[in-house]
Amino acid sequence: MRGIAHDAVGVLSAIGGFVIGGLAAIGRMSKFAARALGHAVLPPYYPARLLEQILVIGYFSLPVVGLTALFIGSALVQQIYIGGSRFNAASTVPAVTVIGIVRELGPVLGGLMVAGRVSSAMAAELGTMRVTEQIDALATLRTDPYRYLIAPRLVAAVLVMPILVLVANIVGVLGGFLLATGRLGFNSANYLNTTMEYLKVEDVVSSMVKAAVFGFFIALMGCYHGFRSTGGAAGVGKATTNAVVSAFIMILLSNLVITVLVFGT
Amino acid sequence: MTEIPKIALKGLRKRFGSKQVLQGVDLNICAGESMVVIGGSGTGKSVMMKCILGLIAPDAGRIEVDGVDVTHLKGRALAAHQARFGMLFQGGALFDSLSVWRNVSFALDQSRKGADLRAAAIDNLARVGLGAEVADLRPSELSGGMQKRVALARAIAPRPEIVFFDEPTTGLDPIMADVINDLIVELVRDLKITALTITHDMASVRKVADRVAMLYAGRIVWHGPREGIDATGNPYVYQFVNGRAEGPIKMAVRGG
Ligand SMILES: Nc1ncnc2c1ncn2[C@@H]1O[C@H](COP(=O)(O)OP(=O)(O)OP(=O)(O)O)[C@@H](O)[C@H]1O
Ligand SMILES: [Mg+2]
Repeated sequence: MRGIAHDAVGVLSAIGGFVIGGLAAIGRMSKFAARALGHAVLPPYYPARLLEQILVIGYFSLPVVGLTALFIGSALVQQIYIGGSRFNAASTVPAVTVIGIVRELGPVLGGLMVAGRVSSAMAAELGTMRVTEQIDALATLRTDPYRYLIAPRLVAAVLVMPILVLVANIVGVLGGFLLATGRLGFNSANYLNTTMEYLKVEDVVSSMVKAAVFGFFIALMGCYHGFRSTGGAAGVGKATTNAVVSAFIMILLSNLVITVLVFGT
Repeated sequence: MTEIPKIALKGLRKRFGSKQVLQGVDLNICAGESMVVIGGSGTGKSVMMKCILGLIAPDAGRIEVDGVDVTHLKGRALAAHQARFGMLFQGGALFDSLSVWRNVSFALDQSRKGADLRAAAIDNLARVGLGAEVADLRPSELSGGMQKRVALARAIAPRPEIVFFDEPTTGLDPIMADVINDLIVELVRDLKITALTITHDMASVRKVADRVAMLYAGRIVWHGPREGIDATGNPYVYQFVNGRAEGPIKMAVRGG
């Protein structure tokens, strides 16, 4: 019995340690985000840095986001068609597809793909700058690192993600449309009409809100882990992994929260 | 010696984890003088510099510049403090995404015209013996010694009143090392800057130092005028200056 009690205490203290560690990390991240955002609104601004980040995050993510949406949209239509046919409800395909894509798959998959590309790249770049003392050098060269490095990344990601997700939504629906009309015998005019009929403004708005929130977490996790990395190349590698994993978790978690808040009542 | 020192360190302490690096550093640097700090690898020389610059927060002690406490500055006050310094980092710390001239002109007023900034950068490159042909290269396209000189040009470009040189001559050939030493002497003499140099290079010490201090085991164990390093009976200084394996300084060869 004592052994069990002892184990239980050990497990509890391990869980307690984990929770406290997690809370401390959340505290540090919030402080980091607050500092970066505070600096994003006050001058001096770095418009050239912002444009550069918009290009890096937005433009160069278009192919990967577009392809993902195209493939998932088509696969989704195929599965909904198979499922729907069992209940003689194949006519629901366009409506279910557009709602599924715009409300969930477009933003979530778009967010995950961009996180894979961008959070890791940011963490690697800032981490290398940290371990080679370039971030320290900024401070001695009359430049605030938060303003110069972090703020443009956060702002660019929040601005650009809604556009990327909009593209993902359109391409995803289009992919479904192509499969439905080309393989499953749907009438193209009917398909498009039903799609537009079931698409509500609140679906699009929630999709864009999610995208902006995901963009924030993508940049925040990349910057936070890169900025804090220590210990040479291995440290930068660890920061990169942590950035991607934590960005994924924050995207999935905040998606759930927004979905429940917007659609759950 | 009633004059207020430009920089005064009082009982400065810093530790990382269980490793006590600075154990109460006391050091005064007078305005317009060139102070050189010597000491073995890993004794905390770079950490001491970064504490003064506000890049690392010390655990205890005071840092004063012109008699004003600058130990725990934040925000704008910290930025204003840092703007008084130029720093040559040990590894150069050049921005590898920017061209050489963008690096050198980084701390200059960015609202100036591009051509103007570029010209200013080329002037500063000339000071460290580099020609205009390197201006458009990337730092990664330069040799280690050239990177060091570009970093030096960048540190002095905004004409700061205090300049820190962290191992300015390591990795340079003896002739270029001498050029850099001359440059430091010139900066102190002509621009009336206060200089703090960290080095292992005794030729450098003899050339640039007005005064020398030796850091060992987290404390300043000796300080005095340049001529003093050869005359002192201090066993630490004697061992370091003459590069002897035997003596009070024990090197951890196997990372012990
Ligand atoms: N950010 C840091 N985190 C943890 N430890 C650090 C950090 N910076 C320095 N140290 C440790 O502090 C000690 C002193 O480092 P420092 O870079 O000041 O040495 P140094 O005297 O400049 O040596 P060198 O002549 O080789 O440059 C080292 O043991 C180093 O491992
Ligand atoms: Mg050092």
